[in-house]
Amino acid sequence: MCERVWLLVAMFAVTTAHAEGLGLGHTPNAETLRAADSAIGPRGEELPPGRGSVAEGAQLYAQQCAACHGATGREGPDPVLVGGQGSLASDKPVQTIGSFWPYATTVFDYIRRAMPFTAPGSLRDEQVYALTAFLLAANGVVPQDTVLDRARLAAVRMPNRDGFMPDPRPRAP
Amino acid sequence: MHSKQRRRFLRGSGALAAGLLGVGAHGAPLQRTLGLPVSGYGQRAHFESSQRWLTPARYLSSTASWSPLGDQLGIITPSALHYERHHAGVPDIDPTAHRLLLHGLVQRPLEFSLEDLRRFPVTERICFLECSGNSYREWLGPGGVDVQQTHGLTSCSAWSGVLLRDLLAECGVMPEAQWLVAEGSDAARLTRSLPLAKALDDTLIAYGQNGEALRPEQGYPLRLLVPGYEGSISVKWLSRLKLASEPVYSREETSKYTDLMPDGRARVFTLAMDAKSVITSPSPGQATLERGFQEVRGLAWSGRGRVTRVEVSVDGGQHWQDATLHGPVLPVCHTRFTLPWHFNGEPAMLASRCTDETGYVQPSRDALVAARGVNSFYHYNAIQQWRVDRDGSVHNV
Repeated sequence: MCERVWLLVAMFAVTTAHAEGLGLGHTPNAETLRAADSAIGPRGEELPPGRGSVAEGAQLYAQQCAACHGATGREGPDPVLVGGQGSLASDKPVQTIGSFWPYATTVFDYIRRAMPFTAPGSLRDEQVYALTAFLLAANGVVPQDTVLDRARLAAVRMPNRDGFMPDPRPRAP
Repeated sequence: MHSKQRRRFLRGSGALAAGLLGVGAHGAPLQRTLGLPVSGYGQRAHFESSQRWLTPARYLSSTASWSPLGDQLGIITPSALHYERHHAGVPDIDPTAHRLLLHGLVQRPLEFSLEDLRRFPVTERICFLECSGNSYREWLGPGGVDVQQTHGLTSCSAWSGVLLRDLLAECGVMPEAQWLVAEGSDAARLTRSLPLAKALDDTLIAYGQNGEALRPEQGYPLRLLVPGYEGSISVKWLSRLKLASEPVYSREETSKYTDLMPDGRARVFTLAMDAKSVITSPSPGQATLERGFQEVRGLAWSGRGRVTRVEVSVDGGQHWQDATLHGPVLPVCHTRFTLPWHFNGEPAMLASRCTDETGYVQPSRDALVAARGVNSFYHYNAIQQWRVDRDGSVHNV
């Protein structure tokens, strides 16, 4: 009984909202919705199937990434990806994946959407898992023998996970 | 009246009289040849050469261009001189093929064409956009060469578009939704999370800028426009908005656009742009000042509302005088201020300090550094000083 009342209330709410709208826009098809929903949140719910190892990632890194980020990810010239742990409160903070990034899912998401810089979107999901595994291992976040997949990646806790605070402004400068 | 000014006035009236008589004048020669015909899309005079300054970059990844604030007149930045910050270049998007998808925690996912969006009630908004990396060099001490390089990552336009809340009403937002994840269709598919409250307040989906379609480098054919928030959240080339219960924590809101404090922790989602002002003239890089009357001119703005007061000091902050604010004074908008001044050849230290309608006063550099250290990169809004030397040259020191 209770459930039926709620259903009626919900249906009424939907109908009312629709009646207030302008009736503009089109219902997307299921394929459009599935394909679009690719941004990976911190829970990793949107992560695709597939897996990749640190060893595979090391090879890919040398081929696809080292030219810009350095042979070991510490040299640059583009953003330094490895090292820097313990440096954030110093005069020369080094903000890397290992020292700074709060979520490992962001590494997967960013490589998949935007890297390599001149050919974004060219890596297969298995390759993105492998590169993510390599970068996490290089930062000492996961062991060298890791094979990363959806569940393993979602379970990774980053060293600087608690290193962020909400904006205190305008109460504080 | 100063003798030089009087001479200029007399010469001016002479030219006017000569012009009426149809006789050639001293100053502006009369044209004796036929001029150019009308044109379909105008150009500025070929004598004018004001340009954006391009950040030197090895790769496209650090592409930024800075507005020439020292040359700017009024409060509106010409679209062609609006600052740029791209993360993977400017895409070339066919507006007839472009779609905006709203999905996630909604009752009805919807897709909108540009044509659909133009049918919604139109909203007009004049406001500034400022990159939170504007003035980043100044964290480590005076570093920018001129006002374009210290403050040129702010620009101000008249935007046209649709209120995002009107689109959300079509979709029906579910009660669990707290954030929107916005995605662009550039090569980096730049992604940022926006609090739902701001989306329901005054956020626009903009398709127009200064009376015409957005420029490609400003997000053609569609961009998010979040008044008063750091520029990067106004996602350009907007193609998708997903309603979600939490932020996506994209690279551009964790690794970047977070503010590192001296204790090693970082502020996250520092979205509002605090009040800021700068003297654009006299300023470094401009012609050496002549002695005599000089109007001090500048821009002030706040992401939290209207600018209510600007004070100017010519002695490095020992004394402050109220500058005149020139209308229109709009919320979250560049505001012009001026103060008459006489440069008498004595060294001077020019500075401006603004206050916004929340009562917030632009801080000194010392106060800002005391609170945040020097490694937070983003959100530098301290009082900017220019030193004027005896010879009339102006320096960032």
